[in-house]
Amino acid sequence: MHNKAKLGTLSILAILLVVFYMVIDAGGNWDYILPRRGKKIFAIILTGAAISLSTMVFQTVTNNRILTPSIIGLDSLYMLIQTGFLFVMGATTLTMMSKNVGFVISVGLMVLFALLLYHFMFKREGQNIYYLLLVGLIFGTLFQSISTFMQVLIDPNEFLLVQDKMFASFNNVNTDLLLLSVAGIIAVTLYFMRFAKYLDILSLGREQAVNLGVNYDYVVKRLLIIVAILISIATALVGPITFLGILVANVTHEFMKTYRHSSLIFGSILISVIALVGGQLLVERVFTFSTTLSVIINFVGGVYFIYLLLKGNKA
Amino acid sequence: MKTRYLLLAFLILSVTSVFVGVKDISPLDLFHLSDEKLQILLVSRLPRLISIIIAGMSMSVVGLIMQQLSRNKFVSPTTAGTMDSARFGILISMLLFTSASPLQKMLVAFVFALLGTFIFMKILERVKYKDPIFIPLVGLMFGNIVSSATTFFAYKYDLIQNMSAWLQGDFSVIMKGRYEMLYISIPILIVAYLYANKFTIAGMGEEFSTNLGLNHKKIVNIGLTIVALVSALVVLTVGMLPFLGLIIPNIVSIYQGDNLKKSLPHTALLGVVFVLFCDILGRVIIYPYEVSIGLTVGVLGSGIFLYMLMRGRAYA
Amino acid sequence: MIEVRGISKQYGNKNVVENVSLQIPTGKITSFIGPNGAGKSTVLSMMSRLIKMDQGEVFIEGRELSKWNSNDLAKKISILKQSNHINVRLSIKDLVSFGRFPYSQGNLTKEDWKYVEEAIAYMELTDIQDKYLDQLSGGQRQRAYLAMVLAQNTEYILLDEPLNNLDMKHSVQIMKVLQKLVREWNKTIIIVIHDINFASCYSDYIVALKDGKVIKEGTTDEIIDPTVLKEIYEMDFEIHNINGNQICVYFT
Repeated sequence: MHNKAKLGTLSILAILLVVFYMVIDAGGNWDYILPRRGKKIFAIILTGAAISLSTMVFQTVTNNRILTPSIIGLDSLYMLIQTGFLFVMGATTLTMMSKNVGFVISVGLMVLFALLLYHFMFKREGQNIYYLLLVGLIFGTLFQSISTFMQVLIDPNEFLLVQDKMFASFNNVNTDLLLLSVAGIIAVTLYFMRFAKYLDILSLGREQAVNLGVNYDYVVKRLLIIVAILISIATALVGPITFLGILVANVTHEFMKTYRHSSLIFGSILISVIALVGGQLLVERVFTFSTTLSVIINFVGGVYFIYLLLKGNKA
Repeated sequence: MKTRYLLLAFLILSVTSVFVGVKDISPLDLFHLSDEKLQILLVSRLPRLISIIIAGMSMSVVGLIMQQLSRNKFVSPTTAGTMDSARFGILISMLLFTSASPLQKMLVAFVFALLGTFIFMKILERVKYKDPIFIPLVGLMFGNIVSSATTFFAYKYDLIQNMSAWLQGDFSVIMKGRYEMLYISIPILIVAYLYANKFTIAGMGEEFSTNLGLNHKKIVNIGLTIVALVSALVVLTVGMLPFLGLIIPNIVSIYQGDNLKKSLPHTALLGVVFVLFCDILGRVIIYPYEVSIGLTVGVLGSGIFLYMLMRGRAYA
Repeated sequence: MIEVRGISKQYGNKNVVENVSLQIPTGKITSFIGPNGAGKSTVLSMMSRLIKMDQGEVFIEGRELSKWNSNDLAKKISILKQSNHINVRLSIKDLVSFGRFPYSQGNLTKEDWKYVEEAIAYMELTDIQDKYLDQLSGGQRQRAYLAMVLAQNTEYILLDEPLNNLDMKHSVQIMKVLQKLVREWNKTIIIVIHDINFASCYSDYIVALKDGKVIKEGTTDEIIDPTVLKEIYEMDFEIHNINGNQICVYFT
């Protein structure tokens, strides 16, 4: 009952914010404004849901509250792919290339990378999940070195194209991509449902989970693949928002104070929608587009992350 | 025994480094140098060699000191936010003083690097879960935050591509008049050597060092200051050299053990040899163009680091 | 019945467990004893599929471990390791209810809750069942985990140093509960234990390991013997009968 009341409050808050965002300063121009804003809101809800679901799952699987799935190098890989496109094909070809193709290639490569990484790490027995993360992070640094190398060589005018990709933005979300992403995310979420019941048990740690009959390696591997796909889609759709997940997942834990993932996941999706719509309002109304949402989220999330570390986490 | 081989490698690579380049200069030319060739040697080739030697030495030694102080094999300027903080500092100094002199930039970068490293050490103290693998994760995430702040300002002032340029280590821009600040790190390294034993003891923990009559806080602070100063100097003149401070000390500790006084000279020497090797590789691989040192060190470094991780696991 | 056939485990080049074969008597308490690093915990972990073995087989009721469906196995055998630090905000009741997961897959029926309540009562935790794990003392937490294992209601219960961090009162309390489980419910219990006198007073069968091998096994009377113990621990023991208990004195 208590959880339901909290979720209810969050839902109302989220709906209020969304409605407020839709109607503020519309000036009667409904035909123009509603579809435009509706699309943004839809993209926000979609990415918010994908990122919070995957971070929640990821943190439970790793038994650690200060990690985020982007840490395995997916963000850097995304930047490398975008820089690589531009570097190899040049700006003119790139703008002519279908957005869908670029999107599918990006998601495909990111998922492929994650799969290879998992495969490689899980082949060895007695894997420590932190090894997986560290290896991923090193690849991340490697990707970064390569992108930086290419970025320096790129023509400054063309570089602006890459620069736009560096920051997550909901302002110019492509409708085709949105539909593609919805399809992908729904499919993955349906698959995830099969494993949802294990999450509560997994938070007890590997040994307890095995004791209680969870086929641990199998389930964890599937969950991590789900996480990788969700993050890849969200990143390819709007761009990297590294710290959204950490921010949302921890606020959710603080607020919900429960171990039940059914409530936690639902709550985290609502909280991420609130954070993103609120942030978007700030960007549009207060900063009048002089900064991007991802910068705000990364900044707030980053500061919160440092606070969590200094507070002495119980990881 | 090993030292002799290292010295030999060092000499060969140094000589090679001087004579590799777009302008052909062969060792024989030394005896009847044309003015042009002399110029190239003095203005470009020798400064490059010297900066490689100093940067390679400094970053490896600094990495070793950090690992001693934190008692963690995976901590280094790249995995503790030091480099990112220094970069943030450079950006801030550029924004504050429009035409900042190198010295001003260096000082601001140093202050930021010191602050960043200090915060990281504070975080280390607080983190309860001390899985050795977990610490570098924290450090790298911390570095990510600092660099997202850097990106924020760079974006605002349209400096992103500029910033990418100093993010990446590059020796090809080193010329007479642009690298001399690196010399500052030589006396700093000497200080580091004099304090070597104390760092080893301080790494054992506060209680342990107090028991031996050592002022733990003071030693740690001296160590961190050295780390921050050297990192700021290198980032400013050469750029980022990822993983250098991580892999070199680890390789040395495999065959030399962890006594700082003994392993420090080896670390410095191996660091130089490694960077020299990477630099020459970068210069010949797509001759007559150059692959920046940041990339070669990054690729080779991460490869070696991954290999060490895998290898190390067999004993875990 | 649990039967272990020639299991081995290596870490790097070190043989932690070497060719261990055992038949665990049903309806009894079996203690694994031996010096540090003898491989006791590793054997226990391999028997309960927490760690994969390099060689050998473990049969549970005649079926090889890897042939079992993990969920079905969780209704047969339960394992509790010594380190249980988690960062989840759980009450005792929540934790114990997890013990029913193999039966309910998370949706507990009335019958499941009955087991949960019984287990909590059995471990005398009813008064504090709504307290959170991080508010408990070491002993209370240990009992909470044991209650979870009880709720799991398996025929075989494997415990790795269940008396770790417990004072004498709670140690005795737990061992008595284990005895009761064996007598009243005909459970088969295997524990790794360090205190030789607890092993002597409460177990029916003792397996002594050393350097990864079984060096002695037998009924408690056979093992609690000065010459046997000297071989296991490489120190001198005196054994005194006090009120029907064989007590080892080794404080020379």
